[in-house]
Amino acid sequence: MLSLIVFLPAAVAAALVLVPATAPRRVFTGAWVATSAVDLALVVAVWLTPGTGIRFEERVAWMPTVGISYHVGVDGISLPLVGLTSVLFAACAVFALRETRAVKGYVALFLALQTVSLGLFVALDLILFFLFFDLSIVLMYFLIAGWGHGERARAAALGFFLYTFLGSLALLLGFIVLYLAAEPHTFDVVELAAADPLAGGGPVAAFALLAIGIGLAVKTPTVPFHTWLPPAHTEAPATGSAILAGILLKMGTYGFVRIAMPVLPGTWREYALVAVVVGVVSVLHGALVALAQTDLKRMIAYTSVNHMGYVILGVGAAGILAGSDEQARQLATTGAVTQMVAHGLITGALFLLTGVLHERGGTYDMAAYSGLAARTPRFAGAFAVAAFASLGLPGFAGFIAEFQIFTGALASAPVATVCALVGIVLTAALFLRALHRVFLGAPAADRRVADLHPSEAAAIVPLLGLATVIGVLPRFLLDVIEPASRVLVELVAR
Amino acid sequence: MNGTNENPAALLPELFLLGAAVVGLLLGAWLPRDEQWLVRLLAAAAALAGLVATAVAAGRPDELVFGAAYAVDTPTHATRAIVLVAVLGVLALSVDATTGHRRETEFVVLLQLGALGAILLGGANDLLLLVAAFLLASVPFYALAGWDASRLGTEAALKYYLSGAFLGVAMLAGVALLSGVGGATGYGSVRDGLAAAPVAAAGVGLVAVLGGLLFKVGGVPGHFWVPDVTDGTPPAVAAIVTTIPKVGGLVALYRLVSAAVPADALDRPLLVAVIAAVTMTLGNLAAFFQTTVQRLLAYSTIGQAGFLLIAVAVADRADLAQPALLYYAAGYAVTNVGAFAVVAAFPRARTLDDHRGMARRTPALAVALTVCLLGLIGTPPTAVFVGKLVVFTAAVDGGFAWLAVLAVVNTVASVFYYLRWIAPVFGATGPGAAPLPEGRWAAGTAYVCAALAVGFGLLGGVVLPLLAAPPIAW
Repeated sequence: MLSLIVFLPAAVAAALVLVPATAPRRVFTGAWVATSAVDLALVVAVWLTPGTGIRFEERVAWMPTVGISYHVGVDGISLPLVGLTSVLFAACAVFALRETRAVKGYVALFLALQTVSLGLFVALDLILFFLFFDLSIVLMYFLIAGWGHGERARAAALGFFLYTFLGSLALLLGFIVLYLAAEPHTFDVVELAAADPLAGGGPVAAFALLAIGIGLAVKTPTVPFHTWLPPAHTEAPATGSAILAGILLKMGTYGFVRIAMPVLPGTWREYALVAVVVGVVSVLHGALVALAQTDLKRMIAYTSVNHMGYVILGVGAAGILAGSDEQARQLATTGAVTQMVAHGLITGALFLLTGVLHERGGTYDMAAYSGLAARTPRFAGAFAVAAFASLGLPGFAGFIAEFQIFTGALASAPVATVCALVGIVLTAALFLRALHRVFLGAPAADRRVADLHPSEAAAIVPLLGLATVIGVLPRFLLDVIEPASRVLVELVAR
Repeated sequence: MNGTNENPAALLPELFLLGAAVVGLLLGAWLPRDEQWLVRLLAAAAALAGLVATAVAAGRPDELVFGAAYAVDTPTHATRAIVLVAVLGVLALSVDATTGHRRETEFVVLLQLGALGAILLGGANDLLLLVAAFLLASVPFYALAGWDASRLGTEAALKYYLSGAFLGVAMLAGVALLSGVGGATGYGSVRDGLAAAPVAAAGVGLVAVLGGLLFKVGGVPGHFWVPDVTDGTPPAVAAIVTTIPKVGGLVALYRLVSAAVPADALDRPLLVAVIAAVTMTLGNLAAFFQTTVQRLLAYSTIGQAGFLLIAVAVADRADLAQPALLYYAAGYAVTNVGAFAVVAAFPRARTLDDHRGMARRTPALAVALTVCLLGLIGTPPTAVFVGKLVVFTAAVDGGFAWLAVLAVVNTVASVFYYLRWIAPVFGATGPGAAPLPEGRWAAGTAYVCAALAVGFGLLGGVVLPLLAAPPIAW
């Protein structure tokens, strides 16, 4: 079942490659929409199947001499991200119905990227995880370089590739250390988590966590490894940015909860304070730098650094045993996973909306727009909803997530939590300022901006709707995450 | 050691190569120019027969033949298979450029003789046979470098010959020294002899022999010929000299350090590790701002040699060292031949800029090139990725974590120059028109090699266990 979900998009992509590029573009975009709809339906079926622990497991020996197997499965931590992936890719498919440039390659790349993203979240083998991690970089490189904004996009794509590739290889080194530490040698995440091979701590364990931590921190990204992010986001096409922010960044934070915490629990506890500090610095730095931006897309890119900072704060707090009870740590973990989903939906929607703006106005510069609310009420409404959701207003998914993270982290890291709260105020300020600049005031006379097209609305509104549903009725999501985060907290505390 | 194991049947793959070369040479002398393709066909048949013989031999127990001079064991089988597959690849990719050429037969025969030398390098278990194999793997390739008699080719051949002669003499001196202080030429006896020999003499001898083999591998300090020869010769010749002798030289190095040098007499793991570190760093940094594709690939092969030498450094320190070396060498050979096949398909496109817009005109070839270049970077799931994974694991396991870290940094650096090639391929067409492929055979070879590079990576689980049996020793 999981293999079908993962490889269906790639199979369709392979079939589309054989279709001549001169075929009508509806063939390609239509196939993409259909595929993502089928994939989404399959994921919903998995979601509705009752069960606990790791489900839908499949394991086939791949390279037994070096302990590598094709091992996939979902639990309460990965399932929300699998769901997010299929929802966001479906939204991008609908949004891309209006794409006209080299549609065949574009659709094939996105379908392959969907396989890679889904594969990463269900992978239970370190090398399988690494394989998808690396391929996501390669595919995103081609997406930014090929469909971004001209020559600067190629430079940004190169920076993105080099930086995140360095991170991925650091990750690989960490994996190799884990492999050699385990007896018998294995790359299997479940076996490694059960064996806790570096329980003794010491420099080897610290090196492994450092390597894995840097690899994941580059992808997340956290301060000080975030410098690749703003140019990559600014130059990428709208759908590329949505997937980059919505899915690819989650690969970093997901790696922390899937690999770093359960496999290196003792070392994680030892250095949890580092994660807390890095998280808070990311929250504040991201928010402050975003405040200084005049480019709308760059501003949203920096808010991603800010939002991912909350996740890191949450997973760090889950590793501090002193002064916290199990319930608080579990709350922080659940909040971190919820934040990944919330950020994926909301920031995905925001990037698609900025794509609409760029298509109409040809620039992301906020100073170039004014009074859009009067001319484009639907666009302004959707953007306002997304902005309020992103700044953490109650009633949206972001609030649920951040509230849980703060409540869970308050006991063990009170100073850090209070500092992070300042980030919320800053985010509120920057989003309100952006809304004020772009949508209020007198309409600029020379800019004729058309309102949301139905297909654009059909892509963006469901994302915001889902973010609202999670904000109002979060149980359907939390009931899935909580059992898994309980297991994780117990693994970390052992 | 007994004298009754002079069993020629154990050397079938080598004999097929030799026989086809001799027959081909005679045949070529009589055939008209437009029928010389028969010589190529014969060579391909011999390579295929050699592969079958290798597969059959791999099922039999390991043995030492001709005294203890030649080992027929896993490293030898792997060398035979890799070299013969590379020979087939080069025979295919060179069809367009060499068919009907007045020296077509010479091209094929020199390729076969050099390949024979490379295989003998991999199997040599005796210092004197090592020297003979070194010469056989060198002299035909000197001639091959000057094969097209162009100005650059002649200069390349001269440079190739001079560095080979210099390091070959050094190697000969090293062999003399090692056999002198070791009291024998067979690896096993040398190992016993060196244990009691003065460390300084053994060290100098070993360094001199390493110098000769590093010339074959294209590693520092024997790398000076690589850029000029690769850039100055036709793509088919460049593919040969950067692939076939490298494989033979690496296996020879591996066998030498693991079978002929006592583990504790010298700090040879550190010596090889330093050579590996310098080789990969130099190759990767020098590749940065190259503008012609063949020169870029030349420095890339030096960088790859550095990665491969890591496995030699941890020989007999990590269980995975040998499968890592052989698997990586196989993946590298296929991927490298694939990249050169794309170059051979566009003989007029010499610079990176000439490849601009290639994806618009020939998307399939652009994809094949991308797969090969990403493969050389080591992107999963290609063969070189699995090779690098196992090499890095062996390095950490063998106590050379710093080398693994350096290799990671080098890998990231290599991304930069490979992307300098990939980016224009998918970019907009430049002022001149995008290049058109000029040969079906070269393009076909590129597709097959790209598919093999991925398929071989996915099949790592099947192949790796086959490469694990250690070299035979006595």
